Amino acid sequence: MERLDCRGLSCPLPVVETRKYLEKLSSGGKLEVLVDTGTARDNVSRLAAREGCQVEVRETENEEFILTITRK
Amino acid sequence: MNRFFQSRWGIVSVGLAIGILASTLQKLGNPKNMGICVACFERDIAGSLGLHRASAVQYLRPEIMGFVFGAMIAALLFREYRARAGSAPVIRFMLGFFAMVGALVFLGCPWRALLRLAGGDGNAILALAGLACGVGIGVIFIKRGYNLGRSRKSSPMVGAVMPLIMLGLLLLLIIKPVLSTGAPFFSTEGPGSQHANYLVALGIAVVIGFIAQRTRFCTMGAIRDVILMRDFHLMSGVVALLAGAFVMNLIYGQAHWGFAGQPVAHTNQLLNFGGMLLAGLAFALAGGCPGRQLFLSGEGDGDAAIFVLGMIVGAGFAHNFGTAGTPYPNNPANWGWGPAAVLVGLVFCVVVGLTMRGEAPAKA
Repeated sequence: MERLDCRGLSCPLPVVETRKYLEKLSSGGKLEVLVDTGTARDNVSRLAAREGCQVEVRETENEEFILTITRK
Repeated sequence: MNRFFQSRWGIVSVGLAIGILASTLQKLGNPKNMGICVACFERDIAGSLGLHRASAVQYLRPEIMGFVFGAMIAALLFREYRARAGSAPVIRFMLGFFAMVGALVFLGCPWRALLRLAGGDGNAILALAGLACGVGIGVIFIKRGYNLGRSRKSSPMVGAVMPLIMLGLLLLLIIKPVLSTGAPFFSTEGPGSQHANYLVALGIAVVIGFIAQRTRFCTMGAIRDVILMRDFHLMSGVVALLAGAFVMNLIYGQAHWGFAGQPVAHTNQLLNFGGMLLAGLAFALAGGCPGRQLFLSGEGDGDAAIFVLGMIVGAGFAHNFGTAGTPYPNNPANWGWGPAAVLVGLVFCVVVGLTMRGEAPAKA
């Protein structure tokens, strides 16, 4: 599974970068995206949902978020 | 509650609320078609501090303070407060500076462009077209890999600076100290002298700051997301703001249709378009409209705070050097340095757009 580090990137870069990877993701494939703000978490989640993917959000001890995106 | 704020109904409700409250602030005393204008109100603050001496636009606007406080309260309550900074701060300062220069050539930020349109001011159409073109150019740079680099977690003090500045400004407004220099300055005539009761304005702004932080409301982002991704989420909030303000203006009898004789406006469409072209590009490169930059600075973003400071300094420059719009700019003799400042700003933004590549988002 590929993991994308979008921590510290301002809007809209987490979404732009995630989209590049989602385009290459085949059915059943997974992508992990690491972000550090609520805005990036919500925006990337919305993008993934719009692309028909499943999103699971987990908050780390460092107050960061790991988004696991699965292509249906 | 978080799910509601993230939903389509959430952003539409917040847009409607902002439109209704902004129009109501006009009814309560704020300048016409200027219920909440982030650029104008930061310019008024710059004037009150004496950074410029345009006597008609000097007031410590509590709306700006309330935006930061409201966003901070929301961020703390929902555990989203993160002190962070370090993403090309001096570039962000200059983007704020030129965003303000451009906005004041038009005489308003994107928020006021919407409120002016909702009040019947046709000149706002060209300004919104300029804004969209500026954001569109920004999107081209973003697609080409434009990136101001990463911010990093920082000391809590970094995030606290902007809320503390706003607290200081609020104390100045409440205490109104009398200094031999005359500062803080308060307009006795013109738009700066027109304002709602400061506690009412502060309260409304805290509410807007709170709900805008939760929904990530952003006027520039609305246009950018449509161009970049055909995503109409934020745009639905912006349209709702326009609709809310429009209906309330009709109810309050505040709508006056036409181009000539509009309040705090001019009819030079080249300057209306060009000013907002620059502002739109600067907002797109900085990642948020002026309101959004205030909300971000309330949730601990030191880089957004630098952008806000750049805007306030830019307002001082714009009035001291006569680049801000005047009511009679159709005579080229009255254009002043506005067009030259817009051109310099556009050159700066294009060079930033072409050269800033930051740190590529790496695979972890």
